[in-house]
Amino acid sequence: MRAVHLLALGAGLMASAPAFANEDVLKRTANPAEQVLQTVDYANTRYSKLDQINAGNVKNLQVAWTFSTGVLRGHEGSPLVVGNVMYVHTPFPNIVYALDLDQDGKILWKYEPKQDPSVIPVMCCDTVNRGLAYADGAIILHQADTTVVSLDAKSGKVNWSVVNGDPKKGETNTATVLPVKDKIIVGISGGEFGVQCHVTAYDAKSGKKVWRGYSVGTDEQLIIDPTKTTHLGKPVGKDSSITTWEGDQWKTGGGCTWGWFSYDPKLNAMYYGSGNPSTWNPKQRPGDNKWSMTVFARDVDTGMTKWVYQMTPHDEWDYDGINEMILTDQKVDGKDRPLLTHFDRNGFGYTLDRATGELLVAEKFDPVVNWASKVDMDKSSKTYGRPLVQAKYSTEQNGEDTNSKGICPAALGTKDQQPAAFSPKTNLFYVPTNHVCMDYEPFRVTYTPGQPYVGATLAMYPAPGSHGGMGNFIAWDGVKGKIAWSNAEQFSVWSGALATAGDVVFYGTLEGYLKAVDAKSGKELYKFKTPSGIIGNVMTYQHKGKQFVGILSGVGGWAGIGLAAGLTDPNAGLGAVGGYAALSNYTNLGGQLTVFALPN
Amino acid sequence: MVVTSGMLADVIYKMGETSLHYLSKAAIRPVLAFVALASVATLSVHAQDAKPADAALANQLDPNDKSGEQDPKLLDKYQAVKVEDGKYIDKDGAPTYHISNDGKKFDWYAYSGYRRYHAECHVCHGPDAMGSTYAPALKDSLKRLSYEEFVGIIAGGKKNESAGGQSVMPAFGDNKNVMCYADDLYVYLKARASGAMPRIRPGDKEEKPEAARAAEKECLGG
Repeated sequence: MRAVHLLALGAGLMASAPAFANEDVLKRTANPAEQVLQTVDYANTRYSKLDQINAGNVKNLQVAWTFSTGVLRGHEGSPLVVGNVMYVHTPFPNIVYALDLDQDGKILWKYEPKQDPSVIPVMCCDTVNRGLAYADGAIILHQADTTVVSLDAKSGKVNWSVVNGDPKKGETNTATVLPVKDKIIVGISGGEFGVQCHVTAYDAKSGKKVWRGYSVGTDEQLIIDPTKTTHLGKPVGKDSSITTWEGDQWKTGGGCTWGWFSYDPKLNAMYYGSGNPSTWNPKQRPGDNKWSMTVFARDVDTGMTKWVYQMTPHDEWDYDGINEMILTDQKVDGKDRPLLTHFDRNGFGYTLDRATGELLVAEKFDPVVNWASKVDMDKSSKTYGRPLVQAKYSTEQNGEDTNSKGICPAALGTKDQQPAAFSPKTNLFYVPTNHVCMDYEPFRVTYTPGQPYVGATLAMYPAPGSHGGMGNFIAWDGVKGKIAWSNAEQFSVWSGALATAGDVVFYGTLEGYLKAVDAKSGKELYKFKTPSGIIGNVMTYQHKGKQFVGILSGVGGWAGIGLAAGLTDPNAGLGAVGGYAALSNYTNLGGQLTVFALPN
Repeated sequence: MVVTSGMLADVIYKMGETSLHYLSKAAIRPVLAFVALASVATLSVHAQDAKPADAALANQLDPNDKSGEQDPKLLDKYQAVKVEDGKYIDKDGAPTYHISNDGKKFDWYAYSGYRRYHAECHVCHGPDAMGSTYAPALKDSLKRLSYEEFVGIIAGGKKNESAGGQSVMPAFGDNKNVMCYADDLYVYLKARASGAMPRIRPGDKEEKPEAARAAEKECLGG
């Protein structure tokens, strides 16, 4: 009954006062029975206050019910729960199911968009989709072909739809959206196709475009104020982006926005990261290539950039900066600070003051990271805030047609998009990571619109001299910049973590296990093997007073492509070939939701 | 004059380029695929000219390799019978690989194909042509595909429908980073298909032939 009431309330708000949209989302994210955002809350903590399932009883978890999505591709993201209805999305063709939790998941409605299949091969690394968002009685779907659709949550009828990009130019989407205030904010993919990427705000009620801010471009395109927008405390100055590219290369510059968005209602700011500069051959694009690989803080009403921080100037390794920005309030040197913590592909865990953009911590969250010795934290230094690149691992310095060996991490990063969680009970971040290194050889490529534009050959292998596995699941202290504990995993951990008030942290593995570990020690408390490898994010909800945990299985994504056949170590000689596990020996394609609960 | 397969790829590409002014991209793709298929006749005539293999052309594979899954029939079929400007040709007149020094040294095209594959193809087809959850293992596909079919597919793309969903390969007909290296990719994948090349990065290589340099320059357009 409460669900009906809440739905009605949502509908009422939409009709009368759209500016309060964020209050609907805020109210619902404060209610742990529901999950209305992929990120669980605006701060992207992925923390649930539910505690029925706890460190003491999680070992008794059982499968409560299951649901097949009917699609056999990589399943990223997670379902949503609003009232008594669960909303499940799929990879391309991006079907949406509304399931009735009162009737064991009976299908209330199904929405299947018609999309041109020619979008499939334009999506780098599988046709994944990182899920829906809910606000004000509407389910928002951002399809592979960049169509943004608002669906009536009750009926599945289309409220409005708008096209954000052109797949024929290589513009696609894999990301979720951010519903905030009276807007829906969306990103775009296409870094391997030379797309000039951006974030765009649409009116939540009509789908009308409100603002668009590019990652790379003129000041007007960026929506940046040369005198007020800051980088490490200093104004960025005029033409801060285009002067860091040769000629008009910025027009095909990349900086795509396929990651997660977080939002601070007090500062009225949204946070996200931009991706790699196009091409992967650094020699072909001299300069810092701003603002690729950058943390952005923007005003959500106007899109105005408050501050930026470029983590990897002039990328030489494809270390996209798109991973989530987790917002917490913690004490630093005895003072309460509004923090932003980000685990970058480049292997550094960054903590910044999210109000000012001041860099507070930048430490390696995997000890094998070697492409840079450290990030320069000396404010008086010329290279303040920059990574100190090791010449041996610099594909720029080694040059075209030279194979730079033993670079850690590999291009997929110490962590990719799979989101981390934060528990305010332990003040620890729980981070799914990759433990993979690479050889990288850049070479010259030409640009053709709508065609991939890569320009480097890669070979990847498990981090040498370590445990032989390709992943770790770690707990991280964001203020100290230190690993609290680390669990070795055979494969990269490609599943989003969930921390709960029951002192349990959940995550999935590529073999298909759902795992529950102790939040304090990392000790494994429970595992269950689902039908396919897990690249989805763990979610939890409460129905009729009982807590459930849900996970999408369906191996794929870059993990399914890179690890299906198993890796080899090109430097270890022929004896080692086949010495590393092939994912295809452990799991197969699938598309299934598994829901767990404690026995009655 | 004998038409080599490299020239064929050049012709196909140039035709695409000049046609660009008159046709939409979508229209070019089938044309390219058609040209590729129509050339079968030319090549089979050429095949009859093939001379028997001499000892210098014999492949010397790594005697200790366990990862290549060598296929004796294909190793025989893909054996080079002659070499022209550093490009090896098999008895069917198609480009092929050449391996020497106990599997340590590869011809330029096999080496270049390894590099191009791991830039353009591996993001769907997986490392070392081993396949992925997303796209088939080309080390297996190349056991079946002829040179002409191969060039036709990379130029024109491919669509498969299965119970699990659609899989779609894009048309690379107007992508110079792929089409200018069609022979390189083909030679590399043949070496993987027959098991002549294990799951390794080719270490030593034959010098880049002048012909490859010239063809690359012309195809890429500077």
